[in-house]
Amino acid sequence: MISIQNVRKIFPFKEGQLTAVDDVNLEIKDGEIFGVIGYSGAGKSTLIRMLNGLELPTEGTITVAGRDISKIRGSELRKARQEISMIFQHFNLLWSRTVSENIAFPLEIAGIKGPERKKRVAELIRLVDLEGRENAYPSQLSGGQKQRVGIARALANNPKVLLCDEATSALDPETTDSILDLLVDINKRLGLTIVLITHEMHVIQKICHRVAVMEKGKIVEIGSVLDVFKNPQQPITKRFVQQVSEPEETKEIAEHLLKCYDSGQIIQLTFIGDSAEQPLIANLIRRFHVNVNILQGKISQTQKGSYGTLFVHIDGNEQEVNKAVDFIRSQQVGVEVVSNG
Amino acid sequence: MAKYFPNVDWQIMWEATNQTLFMTGISVLVTFVLGIILGMLLFLTGKDNMWENKLINTVIGAIVNIFRSIPFIILIVLLIPFTVFLLGTMIGETAALPALIVGAAPFYARMVEIGLREIDKGVIEAAKSMGASTWTIIWKVLLPESLPALVSGITVTAIALVGYTAMAGAIGAGGLGNLAYNYGYQRNQNDVTVVATIIILLIVFVIQFIGDTITAKIDKR
Repeated sequence: MISIQNVRKIFPFKEGQLTAVDDVNLEIKDGEIFGVIGYSGAGKSTLIRMLNGLELPTEGTITVAGRDISKIRGSELRKARQEISMIFQHFNLLWSRTVSENIAFPLEIAGIKGPERKKRVAELIRLVDLEGRENAYPSQLSGGQKQRVGIARALANNPKVLLCDEATSALDPETTDSILDLLVDINKRLGLTIVLITHEMHVIQKICHRVAVMEKGKIVEIGSVLDVFKNPQQPITKRFVQQVSEPEETKEIAEHLLKCYDSGQIIQLTFIGDSAEQPLIANLIRRFHVNVNILQGKISQTQKGSYGTLFVHIDGNEQEVNKAVDFIRSQQVGVEVVSNG
Repeated sequence: MAKYFPNVDWQIMWEATNQTLFMTGISVLVTFVLGIILGMLLFLTGKDNMWENKLINTVIGAIVNIFRSIPFIILIVLLIPFTVFLLGTMIGETAALPALIVGAAPFYARMVEIGLREIDKGVIEAAKSMGASTWTIIWKVLLPESLPALVSGITVTAIALVGYTAMAGAIGAGGLGNLAYNYGYQRNQNDVTVVATIIILLIVFVIQFIGDTITAKIDKR
C-alpha cells in the first residue's frame, strides 16, 4: 500500500542545512496499522507529511496506493490526496462551519452534491458517534469530539490510507483511548491502512500492528509491536518500552529492596503471549530451594496478543539462585537481571 | 428648530447628507472588493504561501504603503488629473470617488492581509490535505475564516471614509463637509456646522453599530 524508498528530506537554511529524514526505507501493508515513534525532532512528522505530498522528498520515491506521490503535481496530486486522508494533533477544523458542514467540506471538494452529500454526512456522524451535535460549532465541542469530527471528515471520501499526525497528543488519557478504539474499529470495519506518528508508546502498544522507531531522521528499529516490546534492541527503543512496561517507581522500589535484602537477585521477567499463562513462579518454588518475592507485575494488551512484565526478588544460596535463573531462561521468558543483591 | 438653528436650510442639509451617504456607500463597496483582492494577493504571494512571489509581493506592498502614507487632502489634489481624465470633471460627489477609493483601499488591504495571516496555518494545511485547490481554499477557507476580521476592518475603513468625504467636500465634492465649510466657515454660520457634525456623528455611530452586530453574529470562535 505504501512504499518508501531511499527517502531523504533536507531543509536548507541560511547557514547549512538540516537533514530531517535520512535514507528511510519502509513498506507498509494494506490494512495495517503502522506506528512511527520518536521524540520531537526525530523527523517523523516530516516523514508522514511526505506521504500526502505536503512535503516533497529531496531524494527517493514514495508510492501510496499505486501513485508516485513524490512525482505527481496539480490536479493529479489533489485527486490522490482524496484517497490519503489526514487527521491532526490540533484537529484543524474550520471554526466558521458546524460539525455537519466541516464533514461536508471534503465532499464539496470531491464535487459530491445535494442529497448524496447530506446522506454521506449523516452516515459519518453516526460512524463517529456524534449524533445530536450536527449543528454545533467546533468551539462548542470537547477535544475528543473535535477529533471525532476530524476523523469523520478524513473518512468522507472513502480513503485508502489514513495518516494520523500526533492525533491523540492533545487529548487526555481517557479520551485518547476512546479515539484509539475508534481508529481500530475503523481499521477493522473499512480495511483502511492507518499510519500514525506519536511520541507515546501507549498509543503504539494499544493499536499498532507494526512499529518503526525513529531517531535523528533514521529508522533505527522496526518490527511487530510484540517483538519490539519483547526484545527491544536500541537504547531509545528500550526507553520507549519502559514508558509503558515499567512504572516510574520501579527503580526506586528496586533500590529500596536492595538495601533491605543483602542477598539474592532482582530480576525482570518479560512474558509474551502463551508464556504468560504458565505457572512459572509456582514451578520455580517447587523445583528450587529459593524464596521468590514478587515486587511488581503488569500485563499489557496489544493488537497481536498480550505481554507482561514481572519484577521478582529471588533469594537463597547462590548456586540455587543461579540454577533458578537458568531455568527461567529456558522457559521462553525474557530475563534481565536488574541487580545483584 | 428655526429658533435654535436660524441659518439651517433643511432641504440643503438633507441633500448634503445624501451626498455624503452616496460617497461613503459607493467608496466602501469598491474599497471592500478592491481591498480584499489586494490584501489576498499580498497574503498569497507572501513567504511560504501558495503563490509565493517576492517580486509581486514587494511591488504590491510598496504601492499599498505609498498610497496609505499620503495625507488624504494631498492625495485628492494629486489625483485631480486622474479624476479629470476618468470622469471629465472634478466637481461633484462622483468626482470624489476615485480619490476616496485610492486612499482607502490600500489601508483596508493591509487590514485584510493581517486578518488572513491570523488564520490557523493548520486549517489551510488540512484543506490542502483533502485535495482542495487554491481557489477552493480562497473561497471556502480563507474568506470565511477571516470574515470577522474583514468586517471589523471595513467598519473602521468606512468610518475613516466618512471623514475623507468631509475633506473631499472642502474642494468641491459636495456633502456635509462641503456644507460645513461653505456655510459654517465661510459665512460664519456656526449652527450649520453643528448640525452637520451631529449628522456625521450619527452616520458614524450607525456604521459602528452595524459592523459590531455583524461581527458578533458571524464570529463562532
